[in-house]
Amino acid sequence: MKTVLFLEDGFYLEGIGFGYPGETIGEVVFNTSMTGYQEILTDPSYRGQIVCMTYPLIGNYGVNSSDRESSKVQVEGFIVKEHSRIESNWRAEGSLESYLETNKVVAIEGVDTRAITRRLREKGSMKGIISTVDFERESLQRKLENFPSIVGRDLVAGVTTKEIYEWEEDLGIRKMEKVKKLPFTVVVIDCGVKFSILRCLKEYVEKVIVVPAHTSLKEILKLKPQGILFSNGPGDPQPVNYVIETAKELIQRLKKKEIRIGVMGICLGHQILGLAFGGKAQKLKFGHHGGNHPVKDLTTGRIDITSQNHNFVIPPQSIPEEGLLQTHINLYDHTPEGSEHKELPIFSVQFHPEAGPGPFDARYIFGKFVDLITALS
Amino acid sequence: MPKRRDIEKILIIGSGPIVIGQACEFDYSGTQACKALKEEGYQVVLLNSNPATIMTDPEFADSTYIEPITVEVLEKVIARERPQACLPTLGGQTGLNVAFEAAKRGILDTYKVELIGANREAIARAEDRKLFKLTMEKAGIPLPRSRTVYSLKEAKEALEFVGLPCVVRPAFTLGGTGGGIAYNIEEFKSIVKRGIDASLIGEVLIEEYLEGWKEFELEVMRDKKDNVVIICSIENFDPMGIHTGDSITVAPAQTLTDIEYQRMRIYAIRAIRAIGVETGGSNIQFAINPKDGRIVIIEMNPRVSRSSALASKATGFPIAKIAAKLAIGLTVDEIPNDITKETPASFEPTIDYCVVKIPRFTFEKFPKADPTLNTSMKSVGEIMAIGRTFKEALLKGIRALEIGKYGLEPMIDKEKLPLAEVIEKVKQNLIVPNAKRIFYIADAFRLGFKVEEIEKLTHIDKWFLNNIKELVDFEEKLKKEKKLTLPTLRKAKELGFSDIYLGKVLQISPEKIRRLREKEKIFAVYKLVDTCAGEFEAYTPYYYSTYECECEARVSQRKKVMILGGGPNRIGQGIEFDYCCVHAAFALREEGIEVIMVNCNPETVSTDYDTSDKLYFEPITLEDVLNIVRKESPWGVILQFGGQTPLNLALGLEKEKVNILGTKAKYIDIGEDRDKFRSLLLKLGLKQPESGIAKSLEEAKKIAFQIGFPVLVRPSYVLGGRAMEIVYDLETLEGFVKEALEYSINQTILIDKFLEDAIEVDVDLIGDGENFVIGGILEHIEEAGIHSGDSAMCLPPFSLSKEIIDKIREASYALARELNIVGLMNLQLAVKNRSIFILEVNPRASRTVPFVSKAIGVPLAKLAAKVMIGNTLKQLGFTKEIVPPYRCVKESVFPFNRFLGVDIILGPEMKSTGEVMGIDFDFGRAYLKSQLGASQNLPKGGNVFISVRDKDKKGIIPVAKR
Repeated sequence: MKTVLFLEDGFYLEGIGFGYPGETIGEVVFNTSMTGYQEILTDPSYRGQIVCMTYPLIGNYGVNSSDRESSKVQVEGFIVKEHSRIESNWRAEGSLESYLETNKVVAIEGVDTRAITRRLREKGSMKGIISTVDFERESLQRKLENFPSIVGRDLVAGVTTKEIYEWEEDLGIRKMEKVKKLPFTVVVIDCGVKFSILRCLKEYVEKVIVVPAHTSLKEILKLKPQGILFSNGPGDPQPVNYVIETAKELIQRLKKKEIRIGVMGICLGHQILGLAFGGKAQKLKFGHHGGNHPVKDLTTGRIDITSQNHNFVIPPQSIPEEGLLQTHINLYDHTPEGSEHKELPIFSVQFHPEAGPGPFDARYIFGKFVDLITALS
Repeated sequence: MPKRRDIEKILIIGSGPIVIGQACEFDYSGTQACKALKEEGYQVVLLNSNPATIMTDPEFADSTYIEPITVEVLEKVIARERPQACLPTLGGQTGLNVAFEAAKRGILDTYKVELIGANREAIARAEDRKLFKLTMEKAGIPLPRSRTVYSLKEAKEALEFVGLPCVVRPAFTLGGTGGGIAYNIEEFKSIVKRGIDASLIGEVLIEEYLEGWKEFELEVMRDKKDNVVIICSIENFDPMGIHTGDSITVAPAQTLTDIEYQRMRIYAIRAIRAIGVETGGSNIQFAINPKDGRIVIIEMNPRVSRSSALASKATGFPIAKIAAKLAIGLTVDEIPNDITKETPASFEPTIDYCVVKIPRFTFEKFPKADPTLNTSMKSVGEIMAIGRTFKEALLKGIRALEIGKYGLEPMIDKEKLPLAEVIEKVKQNLIVPNAKRIFYIADAFRLGFKVEEIEKLTHIDKWFLNNIKELVDFEEKLKKEKKLTLPTLRKAKELGFSDIYLGKVLQISPEKIRRLREKEKIFAVYKLVDTCAGEFEAYTPYYYSTYECECEARVSQRKKVMILGGGPNRIGQGIEFDYCCVHAAFALREEGIEVIMVNCNPETVSTDYDTSDKLYFEPITLEDVLNIVRKESPWGVILQFGGQTPLNLALGLEKEKVNILGTKAKYIDIGEDRDKFRSLLLKLGLKQPESGIAKSLEEAKKIAFQIGFPVLVRPSYVLGGRAMEIVYDLETLEGFVKEALEYSINQTILIDKFLEDAIEVDVDLIGDGENFVIGGILEHIEEAGIHSGDSAMCLPPFSLSKEIIDKIREASYALARELNIVGLMNLQLAVKNRSIFILEVNPRASRTVPFVSKAIGVPLAKLAAKVMIGNTLKQLGFTKEIVPPYRCVKESVFPFNRFLGVDIILGPEMKSTGEVMGIDFDFGRAYLKSQLGASQNLPKGGNVFISVRDKDKKGIIPVAKR
């Protein structure tokens, strides 16, 4: 099936469609992970984005019901060099192609993914369209122009849970070492949370409750949590003002010592906390999407290889709050990767300690969260 | 962490001669380490017995000892040099074993030498099977069921727990010598006995045989601050049970989900910490049961290895260089990534291509050896191929092997045999692992086998098999269509098909396909190997070809020379030629010329991105080379240094008007063509053994009768004495002539009178077209008839008279003048009854060039490269032969311990894999050193048993009396 990929800057590539026929528009980003395409496809943080995998051979081990990060495929479109015609793995339950088809995702293969990556690196992320129906440059260009930019769009509303629910699954086969489960309740503010975050939390604490992003602090406190986690999520943090407001309120009440709750943020959650402390968001040129980013813990000197997926960053110098310390930096480009409050029980990280996909190096961050909660109670 | 200041001088131990399981990858790693340490301001002392290495060149260390790598020698070197530290993890198993032994004997403590990288305890934990098991158990890393034993009795007890079939692994050996798989109790007993003997400490491990399990490897690095990163994952195409050196391997891992990969990663990190490799790289092997995902650790090498060389080339991350820097206390975040410059080495490379490594075997050299692949390594070299897909990399890899195959060529002709027999033959070759299995897999698909059937017979993962099936399916479709449409041609090139193989399938000439591609602009593009999948700008021009839309090659306007490397190591063409290529690269860079290296051997220094200005990691075939020529338009191409591989392309390149530097092709042809060569000798009045040229068996017989037996039969245009034999009677003659005709490119063979009891001599010479200087005259220690690559030699000659030597000189200069030698020339001759007989002339770098260069202290290959771009020897200051006042002996080492049941008698067919050098003022001592270097331990006293045939009895008496 002839399919084209067209980028905002006029880059036109012809390939072969697989998955669902049709047309899709999104911000095109590249991901450098060599494994974990199913986790990437189902990661709600990719809402609004078309993902181009830099590793050329995708689909080799098929898909299964366990390696999901949400209940469905979230990406807007998928670009690979070659998708596997066969799936080979003891856990495989189906092929990548049928998975995309069932989930109605438009995908393209047989294109020079390295050329796309280099273009995105040089020019920054841009809008793109994959189409199995329209091959006209001008018409494709028009469609892209009419499509809203990812900046300023609230993508969280589209991925957050509708209802409050309790999470039951722990790490299972992802478990590498035994940890003691503590009798705490953690509320996760779902901005598009990955299952791996919930699995990690469930490994450490007895009760994990997931609430919709717009849930008010009052509602959250009714659940009597010892910890609150601001989750990852898609896109620009600035338009998600309802969560920023919740965070601001939470910070105020912690400052007034009215409550004793440990607070953690991951990725978008980290940015939301930064905004709540008064910071300003900036868009990165092409973002961080991959599983090999070195992050240095400035307090210990330790370097972890981390999983990353974000397009925005809150520069520390934009945050007026004096109590907020930088704890981690990215050794690739020296962007901020984590912060911690001197007095308040709040810390957050830009990277993904839960992996899924990616290295497990930073899982200790969850232990740190539980230690924080333990210290408070 | 700042680098250590309490250390000033560091001792590096090399790996000695090239043997199976330990090849030039350790020259690559050792050279990198020497460079890295010197760069950081340390003094480097080097011990290595192998003269054909770049690392033993004077500029790489402050002092270099070309001496046998034994504990005794090590102690003397330490006593003399008094280094504060020894880095034992870069010289393969040899270097590690010697350092470990020296530590055990207290020598290192006596002289206060610290083992850096891995200390004695860490080495023991990784190498001693029992300790390894214990350490892994403690660290929570799953292992296969096993037990360590020291006697046959213990082994039998262990068998009750482990069960048959089982693997027997001796501790402290190289590349799995002496190990094996036992299917029944008889085999079990014999392998255990052999293993206990082979082990340095008489210890073997009896282990659950993981038949059909998948094998993986991770290359891991750790620094002083306990930061650990994974450089590369490798998945073996072949299942467990085949030595990883003999397996086709693929990077990165292809069939693991992220969770499975991350689990393996964590186990690897735990392993390197538990073993206690303080700094540097390790190679860790895992097995996974494809049925349920159970993972176990197999082994760990606490040092850089063949796989780490492969991983370095596969990712662009220079493991040995970084390992050396970590050893002196730097941490990964303090070392920049050479390739991206702006990012640090504290990351995990991610790649956006697929890498395939295929081992190169030489079973044809050892017809009696068992060609079944098992846990004991048998391959002598390897190639690496990079493609954007597995299919493309695999096909590139096959043609890079230089085994006369340019695609998945059929092994059997379906038409010639009954179908049942064909199927049976294919099945057998699928079940029993062998060097040609990949081709039988393709044949099986052609016969209609299903992926699942082949998976069951081979235990090769169906993902790999299905990729092969896609290639076969495409080929079959092509055959049916019978014509080459443009989209099909484009698709074929994207899949990785070579023009030659496409031509074979469609019965058109490769030239025609090439012209069509040129007309339609279907050209190879070049992509960068950049460690980061394009995420950051890369500055190192390390390229591979593919057929896609964007070409990244940065073509400069400088004067460029392309050097063609030697391809995979094999017997007859190994590290010596890579040494010459590297020298040529260094020399031309000194002259301000941009050097483009083309090679596909991941073990070498030539494929280090540091060696040349540009590296194209590509097969050395006419098509692949012409593609690069088209892109780069070099001023000239050098073929002289890579052995026979590049020379075979001379005619094809000349036809395409490529400027070949050095001795002109027509003179090369005189040297290679026996007929033309004979006329030349006649003209110069030089003698040659009586001989004749035959193009058929009948002619051969006639000649043999004319000149009388024994005769030497040899084909034209071959290297390493392929199909060369001494024949004493008619019956044997028939067999050999048939074989020789098969191997000769132009179906011509030469039949020489074999000179019995003659002394053979090698001469290496350099010329600029007008002036010629002898580099060295080497007298063979074995008599004529033994291949010069196998014979021990001495420079300068130890028994020849001045008169004879002068005759040799005259003949050499006369020949060089006639052949207008520009660059190097090697001459082989025999001395009998005070006459000299010319055996052959090779107008190219020879195997002995590195040895001679070391012996006389003049870098011949470098000079030759400079001569080729127009310098004269006078300008270069080399106008007079140097005859050293000491004796240098070169001795060869052989792989017979790998090939049980093979005759160890030497002949005109080369069998050795590597060489060592012994230097001393006295011939006897120099020879003894060479023997020690080659691991031939000579007794200091005792009785001598002499047995010779009747004919030689008279000759032996004076020797025996002495």
